[in-house]
Amino acid sequence: MLLNIPLTQYLFYFLSFVALLCGLMVVFSKNPVHSVLYLVLTFFAIAGHYILLNAQFLAIVHIVVYAGAIMVLFLFVIMLLNLNHDSEPHKNMLLKGAAVLAGGLLLMVLTGSLKGAETLAMHQPLNTQVGLIKNLGTVLFKDFLFPFEISSILLLGAMVGAVMIGKKEIK
Amino acid sequence: MLLVSTFIIYKSIVCVAAFAVALGVAAYSTWIERKFSAVLQDRKGPNRAGPFGLLQPLADGVKMFMKEEIIPNVSNKFLFILGPSLAMLTACMTGAIIPWGKDFVAADGTAYALQVTDINIGFLYLFGVVSIGVYGIMIGGWASNNKYSLLGAIRASSQMISYEIAMGLSIIALIMTTGSLSFREILNQQDAGLCNFCYQPLGFLIFFICALAETNRAPFDLPECETELVGGYHTEYSSMKLGFYLFAEYINMFVSSAVLAGVYFGGYNFPFAKEFYETCGIAEGSALMSLIGFLVYFMKVIGFILLFMWIRWTLPRFRYDQLMDLGWKKLIPLSILNIVVTGIVMGWKDIVALFN
Repeated sequence: MLLNIPLTQYLFYFLSFVALLCGLMVVFSKNPVHSVLYLVLTFFAIAGHYILLNAQFLAIVHIVVYAGAIMVLFLFVIMLLNLNHDSEPHKNMLLKGAAVLAGGLLLMVLTGSLKGAETLAMHQPLNTQVGLIKNLGTVLFKDFLFPFEISSILLLGAMVGAVMIGKKEIK
Repeated sequence: MLLVSTFIIYKSIVCVAAFAVALGVAAYSTWIERKFSAVLQDRKGPNRAGPFGLLQPLADGVKMFMKEEIIPNVSNKFLFILGPSLAMLTACMTGAIIPWGKDFVAADGTAYALQVTDINIGFLYLFGVVSIGVYGIMIGGWASNNKYSLLGAIRASSQMISYEIAMGLSIIALIMTTGSLSFREILNQQDAGLCNFCYQPLGFLIFFICALAETNRAPFDLPECETELVGGYHTEYSSMKLGFYLFAEYINMFVSSAVLAGVYFGGYNFPFAKEFYETCGIAEGSALMSLIGFLVYFMKVIGFILLFMWIRWTLPRFRYDQLMDLGWKKLIPLSILNIVVTGIVMGWKDIVALFN
């Protein structure tokens, strides 16, 4: 091992700090383009966490799909619509309160479900190679072939649907 | 196992060398480009700075730095500077995974790879960095606060996103035949026998066209279409920030040439390499062998750069709808067909066994 454990721990804290800070800035920044860029930074920090967990494939796919494709489309839409501070619709207090309540409930559920996680990790022997692309491919195409194919058909259906909606008129 | 300090020194040297080679080649690509276009157009080209105008890139660099820097005062200053920086950063990042030669084995038996890092998801890393490269252009175009810049940025990024898909699909067929995502392994597989181009000619063609589109080179240089967009996404840029955008294009060209030459044409391998090394008495893993491999690879890369330039000065620019038509309706179906044919050929025995 070239990296000893304290360094990875520092990295973990640094990445967590970046992820949380950028996540907060997504909500608090006034300009929607800035929000999108902070969200991209958050994705990078999360990808860094995946690399720390030795899940290289997940990390890079996370970057390609989220930062490279989805957020570029978001940026596209926001830049083209030219959303600025004045044209943003004013949200009423009831909606804001509902949003805070829903977010708080989600946080509670997440905390509750992760409460016993430390003891759970002890029971299972840790396999550090599980996130590498070879092992992931073997698992996906041997043990979970059927769900994998089903989800790919689902995506294909969604894609066809998007093309149909995108068409100007259906003959 | 290497010592940590040795490892850091060795990796730093490789990093700096890879970086310097990329920057040096990119700088001299501008000179080659101007000389090459001059030859094609029956002109002399740059010939004032130094012999054959060889100091021209240096003079251009000095000029870029000396020019007045203008930042539009209605634009977002931070994002305005971030745009060209990101373009440059992503252009340099892709060079990290290219293996430049065979492993050099030192006297004490440790092997030194001429590569910054060999990650087992090499190709995915390449796509990740390429997809991040869109941000440099988009942020720059938006932060300029200019309609032409924004239009140029949107054109550039929609072009890059469209051609990324065909690029990825063309690579899938190659990965099916090689069975690896690691660049080093793909290159090492080609050291005997045919290079990957012979197995994947269609995949190579699609990848090459997509590489042209990804680097915004002619005939896909619509983002900088002067007649329609004034100057594209870098209309508002001046001085070295403009230089960064232009320079990033040349670095991208260099890196994609290196990928093409390495993945499809064997990189540091060449025909009858084993016989050549044996007759010349060059031992496996010696420094000379690494050097010859590097030079061979480098010559292939230069060849591809010249091909890029030849295309630029020969073909006219696409119209925007033709560009999208080619990307979505021709290249993507073709690359899917390529995957299907590759799959059938690879699994032919199993298919025959199924019907018997």
